[in-house]
Amino acid sequence: MGKNMIKVDEKGFYGKFGGAYVPEMLYPNVEELRLNYEKITDSEDFKKEFDHLLRDYVGRPTPLYLAERLSQKYGVKIYLKREDLCHTGAHKVNNTIGQIILAKKLGKKRIIAETGAGQHGVATATVCALMGMDCVVYMGALDMERQKPNVERMRILGAEVVPANSGSKTLKDATNEAMRQWINNPVDTHYIIGSVVGPHPYPEMVARFQSIISKEIKIQLKEKENKENPDIVIACVGGGSNAAGAFYHYYNSPEVRLVAVEAAGLGVTSGKSAATTALGSPGVLHGSKTLLMQTEDGQVVEPHSISAGLDYPGIGPVHAHLFDSGRGEFYAVEDEDAMKAGIELSRLEGIIPAIESAHALAVLNQLEYKDTDVIVINLSGRGDKDLDTYIKWGGY
Amino acid sequence: MNRIDQLFENKKENILSIYFTAGFPSLEDTLPIMQAIEEAGGDIIEVGMPYSDPVADGPTIQESNKKALENGMNMKKLFSQLGDMRETVSLPVVLMGYLNPIIQYGVEEFCRKCKEVGVDGLILPDLPIQEYQDEYKETFDKYDLRNTFLISPQTSEQRIRTIDEQSDGFIYMVSSHGVTGAKSGISEEQEAYFERVKAMNLKNPRLIGFGISDHKTFSTASSYCNGAIIGSAFIKVLQDADDLSTSVKNYIQGVKQG
Ligand SMILES: Cc1ncc(COP(=O)(O)O)c(C=O)c1O
Repeated sequence: MGKNMIKVDEKGFYGKFGGAYVPEMLYPNVEELRLNYEKITDSEDFKKEFDHLLRDYVGRPTPLYLAERLSQKYGVKIYLKREDLCHTGAHKVNNTIGQIILAKKLGKKRIIAETGAGQHGVATATVCALMGMDCVVYMGALDMERQKPNVERMRILGAEVVPANSGSKTLKDATNEAMRQWINNPVDTHYIIGSVVGPHPYPEMVARFQSIISKEIKIQLKEKENKENPDIVIACVGGGSNAAGAFYHYYNSPEVRLVAVEAAGLGVTSGKSAATTALGSPGVLHGSKTLLMQTEDGQVVEPHSISAGLDYPGIGPVHAHLFDSGRGEFYAVEDEDAMKAGIELSRLEGIIPAIESAHALAVLNQLEYKDTDVIVINLSGRGDKDLDTYIKWGGY
Repeated sequence: MNRIDQLFENKKENILSIYFTAGFPSLEDTLPIMQAIEEAGGDIIEVGMPYSDPVADGPTIQESNKKALENGMNMKKLFSQLGDMRETVSLPVVLMGYLNPIIQYGVEEFCRKCKEVGVDGLILPDLPIQEYQDEYKETFDKYDLRNTFLISPQTSEQRIRTIDEQSDGFIYMVSSHGVTGAKSGISEEQEAYFERVKAMNLKNPRLIGFGISDHKTFSTASSYCNGAIIGSAFIKVLQDADDLSTSVKNYIQGVKQG
């Protein structure tokens, strides 16, 4: 398979991207994780608890639903992988369940996390409540405004929510703050990163926890279509965790098209965008070498997307590699088109999607496909948290 | 001879290294601040290259980075400001910052420029040791740039040995768990860590940084190694200064003499 082989190497690289670019103060923490995560997550003990919680607490397997009216509209068979039906309303909880069990086994007492849309923060606060661990979530001050219900959900669950006031006051800044707080509390604290970003081993570890998505798709598609492989898998990419989960077991099946959808914001060339592969170049942010939106001078550019969960100037290193190697197809969807796709799904299927997920749906208007294709769209989350944004947008 | 080597050859204790962010408080303050540090009796000047996402820094240095970028500081500008520094500044000069702007500038070109203007060393907290060995060391050596790594109370003895092996300027001992920022005093736990590293008899000189702010903390830290580094506390002095050169001199003399 050569160039198209998607696999992390020993140093934590996917092709040219990845690694662990962290200050020495974080080295022991990251090294502790690197040395232990495979051993722990491969143990029978861990697997038993992880499987049990995913089934009885999260509600897995999530359905693979044939969206008939949507299929009719686009003239192609479309399945939705219903991550929106996970407990807490998005795929994020698959990862937080995995990491909280890991943190416990590492003897950690306290959890910190960053959050953008608040979904990862809620998923983290949830598992901390479940395990009786202290939880502090860093969230950009702007995101706290536009995702108010999630802020209150975290607080109800007993988490402390701390505003990040630097930079654009969004996900990037929340991540900076969480990393600083991990430096300040290196011994008793585990940092639950919410996407396939950060220093090695986070990107691979988070992808493995999320890989349950494509594992289930394979089984479910076999039942429904008598084949494990769809022709196309589509997912939105902020940092890229739901996409990594949906692609994972298809990485090395070149006959399956992997379609990653980024947020174009007000337009890729508008200066208000989060379309990293279109606008980015290789650089180092949050501990890994990846594609990054930056100035000529290497300063990170403030992104924009109507969807807080996609409002990030980088992508996980595995996605940078999918892009660079040509294994993945990358598209960008503008705010307006995502909102329309969200309304469309609501009207056709009675499902109000998260605005992040609506980006994945909207790509159907750009994508070329055959009418005999079977498409799986990863519906990463539900739209409850986005009601304010839907209402403000108003086009329904 | 590299000025860092020269300094450590001639001076073994109470070395005072001062960090500030280039282009702060005003864009053109960089060189005047360096001159003031030299006149006031500092030993090493660490010039911070501002970055949008300084994850190892606390609020004070974050703010100075942000302000410097807003003022229009960038790498080109910095090298032009440093272009004739050697006419007035004789102290060792170290550039400190994050990796990404250097990658974009081009590592080789960056090092060439450093040599050309008279920079002596680099501190890049997010440059991994392995990557330094594989991809940077040769270039740094070619342009006679000393590279400084950090260690923290969490760093294992074995890793400290590796870092000592790989370092050639001085070792930057981060004083506590934490990002940059002035804390009050030095605890017994910290002193135990200083003692532990002192007893390792490393080949490189050591400077202690993070949380050093006044004569007392400077003297305590210096008693365990070759000297100390002041950053956030100095940035605060710059922030509050009416007259930069007077404030810098008063502050540095205060740190040295109490
Ligand atoms: C519903 C939903 N989908 C997608 C994302 C984007 O994250 P990722 O790209 O890691 O899946 C988020 C992030 O908050 C989200 O809440």
